Amino acid sequence: MSRRRALAALAVLTLGACGTGGGAAPAPTDELTVLAAASLREVFEDLGEQFTAQHPGTEVTFSFAGSADLVAQLDAGAPADVLATADETTMARAVADGTVTGEPQVFAENALTLVVPAGNPAGVTGLDDAGLAGADLVVCAPQVPCGAAAQTLAGNLGLALTPVSEENSVTDVLGKVTSGQAEAGLVYSTDAVVAGDAVEVVPVAGTEEVVNRYPVAVTSDADDETLAQAWLDLVLGPEGRDALTAAGFGTP
Amino acid sequence: MTTAGLPRWVLVPALAGVLLIGVPVAGTLLRVPWAELPALLTSAASLDALWLSLRTSAAATLLVVVLGVPLALLLAWTDLPGARVVRTVVLLPLVLPPVVSGLALLTTFGRRGLLGRQLEVLGIDIAFTTTAVVLAQAFVALPFLVLSVEGAARTAGRRHEVVAATLGAGPTTVLRRVTLPLLAPALASGTALAFARCLGEFGATLTFAGSLQGVTRTLPLEIYLQRETDPDAAIALSLLLIVLAAALVIATQGRGRRRAGAR
Repeated sequence: MSRRRALAALAVLTLGACGTGGGAAPAPTDELTVLAAASLREVFEDLGEQFTAQHPGTEVTFSFAGSADLVAQLDAGAPADVLATADETTMARAVADGTVTGEPQVFAENALTLVVPAGNPAGVTGLDDAGLAGADLVVCAPQVPCGAAAQTLAGNLGLALTPVSEENSVTDVLGKVTSGQAEAGLVYSTDAVVAGDAVEVVPVAGTEEVVNRYPVAVTSDADDETLAQAWLDLVLGPEGRDALTAAGFGTP
Repeated sequence: MTTAGLPRWVLVPALAGVLLIGVPVAGTLLRVPWAELPALLTSAASLDALWLSLRTSAAATLLVVVLGVPLALLLAWTDLPGARVVRTVVLLPLVLPPVVSGLALLTTFGRRGLLGRQLEVLGIDIAFTTTAVVLAQAFVALPFLVLSVEGAARTAGRRHEVVAATLGAGPTTVLRRVTLPLLAPALASGTALAFARCLGEFGATLTFAGSLQGVTRTLPLEIYLQRETDPDAAIALSLLLIVLAAALVIATQGRGRRRAGAR
């Protein structure tokens, strides 16, 4: 909050006015700011409505982005009460930064899935050379969680993947597949659900073993820790589990 | 220091404007890990990205000059039917978010795109190739050259060309011997700006061409990726792009000032 006020004061100073800032008091509603991995958008927006219904007068604001981005934003002082990332590695970084408190709790799991554009134009049947049949495969770069998972999967299966592109985010991979630009892509099972009829899932043995675990934690800067904890309880509780399952997540 | 008759208060917003751009750039410089800089800049991934960026930007700039100069001259000197529409379309990439440019390219040259399908039938597949990067760069850089050359051609007028023609020079000779030398400064600065824009191209490349080391992962894409795990490397590469961009801008300004001084 103090950072926002500092920004407002800076704006006032820059404009050459001579007020002291903070003139307009914020509305007296409670505000919960949730930073969450992009893949959680649908589920969290859904849960957000349930949360406001359970806590009248509370407004839930979301910021969805790549997990690494969120951790960097938090470290740079972004105001937030809850952080939910798409893997435990990035959450561990936030713990090391000291930007979250308490033990992060795993609330969802997401398995890797091989998807192809509707109609499977390249006739892909698997992830090995024969299965790919020369199809253009797109994966995430090893530097991001979905790419690390793809490498683990390839290692488990004893394959050397030769993708035509290593994207920065799983949404970029999915976009390349839904647009038909790529003939196959490794995404999460939730992405396959989101894409609906635009993609088909090609079953590959071993994918169910490569899962990303999604942890959630209260930030050290949380304005109202009780409210933040209430969000965690909702996500970890039966309502959260239902919403997550419907979106294609596994729950621990 | 005088303010050339302007009210003194203009200094305040002007200075604020300089700070708005200058402070973030200076902030980046403060974060540069100078000690590790050589190692970070000479990693295989960095060198691949730099070399790819220089190659694709050069190719795209060449394409931009070849297509852009005739277009700029037509827009400046002829009453081309629908000139206003043509100019609007050509300048569009200047104001479009790069991701929109990328989507536009994808729906045209993509596998399922308008032209992409025809090209694939002909055995030409540009998906995920370096050619796609060059196309994306040319798409966003063309307006810079057209603006620069068209403006100069308009200002210069056709006096010299008319004289040359009355002296018996054919249209192509006039273009080569009179017009292009006259417009050389504007052409040079337009080319430099277009090259700089190509170097910085990010969104359209990411959306349209993909990202693979040595094939489609240019410097900006490498920076974006490095930021995920190695912020120091990202900052080091950013410094490299800032230096390259500044050198190109200085080159265009130096020429402009000399020309102004000669008058």
